[in-house]
Amino acid sequence: MVNENLVKDVVKEPYKYGFVTDIETEKIEKGLNEDIIKLISQKKEEPKFLLDFRLKAFKKWQKMKEPNWAALGYKKIDYQDIIYYSAPKQKEKISSLDEVDPKLLETFDKLGIPLTEQKKLTNVAVDAVFDSVSIATTFREELAEHGVIFCSISEAVKNHADLIEKYLGTVVPASDNYFAALNSAVFSDGSFVYIPKGVTCPMDLSSYFRINSGDSGQFERTLIIAEESSSVSYLEGCTAPMFDTNTLHAAVVELIALDNASIKYSTVQNWYAGDEEGIGGIFNFVTKRGKCLGKRSKISWSQVETGSAITWKYPSCLLLGEESVGEFYSVALTNNLQQADTGTKMIHIGPKTKSTIVSKGISAGKSKNSYRGLVKMGTKATGSRNYSQCDSMLIGDQASANTFPYIKSQQPNSEIEHEASTCRISEDQLFYLQSRGIEFEEAVSMMVSGFCRDVFNQLPMEFAAEADKLLALKLEGSVG
Amino acid sequence: MQSKMKESDPILEVENLSASTDNLPILKGVSLTVYPGEIHAIMGRNGCGKSTLSKIIAGHPSYNITNGDIKFLGENINSLEPEERSQSGIFLGFQYPIEIPGVSNLEFLRVSTNARRKFLNKEELDTFDFEELVKEKLEIVKMDHAFLSRSVNQGFSGGEKKRNEILQMALLEPKIAILDETDSGLDIDALRIVASGIKKISNAQTGIILITHYQRLLDEIKPNYVHVMSDGQIIKTGESDLALELEEKGYEWTDNLIKEI
Repeated sequence: MVNENLVKDVVKEPYKYGFVTDIETEKIEKGLNEDIIKLISQKKEEPKFLLDFRLKAFKKWQKMKEPNWAALGYKKIDYQDIIYYSAPKQKEKISSLDEVDPKLLETFDKLGIPLTEQKKLTNVAVDAVFDSVSIATTFREELAEHGVIFCSISEAVKNHADLIEKYLGTVVPASDNYFAALNSAVFSDGSFVYIPKGVTCPMDLSSYFRINSGDSGQFERTLIIAEESSSVSYLEGCTAPMFDTNTLHAAVVELIALDNASIKYSTVQNWYAGDEEGIGGIFNFVTKRGKCLGKRSKISWSQVETGSAITWKYPSCLLLGEESVGEFYSVALTNNLQQADTGTKMIHIGPKTKSTIVSKGISAGKSKNSYRGLVKMGTKATGSRNYSQCDSMLIGDQASANTFPYIKSQQPNSEIEHEASTCRISEDQLFYLQSRGIEFEEAVSMMVSGFCRDVFNQLPMEFAAEADKLLALKLEGSVG
Repeated sequence: MQSKMKESDPILEVENLSASTDNLPILKGVSLTVYPGEIHAIMGRNGCGKSTLSKIIAGHPSYNITNGDIKFLGENINSLEPEERSQSGIFLGFQYPIEIPGVSNLEFLRVSTNARRKFLNKEELDTFDFEELVKEKLEIVKMDHAFLSRSVNQGFSGGEKKRNEILQMALLEPKIAILDETDSGLDIDALRIVASGIKKISNAQTGIILITHYQRLLDEIKPNYVHVMSDGQIIKTGESDLALELEEKGYEWTDNLIKEI
């Protein structure tokens, strides 16, 4: 076919975040045991309650089995062959950005996340996490004026221990699942957000996670608390260098929304996905969950998952408060030999709760893309409603797509609606666009973004543009 | 009049073209030359190769050229991609315009127009300038602005799809337009709109090939030549009265012509 040659001619842009920052790091020895956990806790000068939290989680983890129900196949992970703490060597106490190693600032610069006062993004506050530690958080003073706390979770442990003790592990308990237990035992850093009562956060908050070391795992922990009648929009971005080994990333994110509060959590995940033969790439096992604790509270997840060799991720909502709202908007794109098993859980507990699920899976190459979702109506969820729409798009004839919707209703007076579709980019559609002067690759990405439009509309503006570009980039050369 | 036209170089030359799909021969030696200002009509039974000819000229990847050449403005374009052909000024109006869910018609038209403008070394248009241009062109096909915000051809009626094709032709200002059964599925009013649109867009520098089954389009747009196709070949060429003769005598008459060949 004519197109095949064209595809081969297209210069594939390599993963552009694949560089490694050459920086002296402090790493602890490989392996996992109680002493390692004590060492991590000690390095972070943690209070006793947190060490206990970790040790308890570790005990639970040891008794648990790695889950195997997902439609994923991968080499067994050797948990003793991972470094659980790796931090760039810096001065003991950093009081301002001027003292941050320029190499680190340069790294984030290259990633498009400038941190310095002169160059920092003007409309969004950033917490930059490098391997196991948070490097810098911008706009802290400005946010503090509004009573908003935005800092690394390590700092929050020191300065806001009461909040951490009150909320940590209340949405995702350590025993929740294998990877959550592991994270609870060894988490090193992540972001903490607290929005006080009645405050609308004056700017978007964002965390940027960068894995740099090839042999250490990243286990970040994020906790966001939105008090009564407050609201916040939070963005998360992730990249990693290209290594031919697999790096484990097991994060936990907990969101709590009280009465009339709303949290919007958006992710663009672009971890290194491995090469065309499936060598290397991040193993991304993430537990994200939000608790709509208050009346009329709202938690909205939107995600664009394009990276990682393996993605295992189900951002969920526990809808407890009366009339609370949960949303999940997802685009998951897999190419080459990537595998994704992703979706959501909407657990309707309170009455008149509402949830919306819109999932768009795109599989190209020889990849495997599964949607897995649970909608549950509890006995008290009277008058509750769910709407789910799960669409899959196949590109080429070697990719696969699955949809696994689970529905459990214990409440006859509730409504659950599920729609699903599968489509393929047809040669006729491509020819139509091409015959209007639109280049082959652009035609494909036009159709893919058209397919994802319902989700992109939910993303914050700059994110949506980035997501669009990212998809186009990821698909280069994938259609023949 | 004819000799005057031929003082200029041809826009399109199809020379002894044979083509197949899945090893099945469809075209068996077609030759056709279009000069600036000319309107050609191609008629023939379903399955005679009319649509295939138009798709091959536009570069459809499903067909292989087994023999012969297609030249556009003197250059052989056999190996050009469909988008390159479009950018350089070849337009195919689809018999069945394709629906593209989620892609806004406006954005599609803008990207397409800009691809052509870029080729012509004209400045590419931003959303605002394009809005202006497209408003003007909407007039030609009497389309409502609301069509622009819908997905490409999705949920359009048959007539709306065809008008959308002519809108694209108006925006791209091609050197040659091949309109594949643009008249089919149109009521009388829509047919008049489409026909007058085509006339407005074409001029002494452009060429048009109308593929049609019906005289009624040719009543609106009078062709200089009428070609009758059968089994992958042009079996008869005449002036516009050939179409009338064909309408009167039916395709059975052409079947007898083949026997004579």
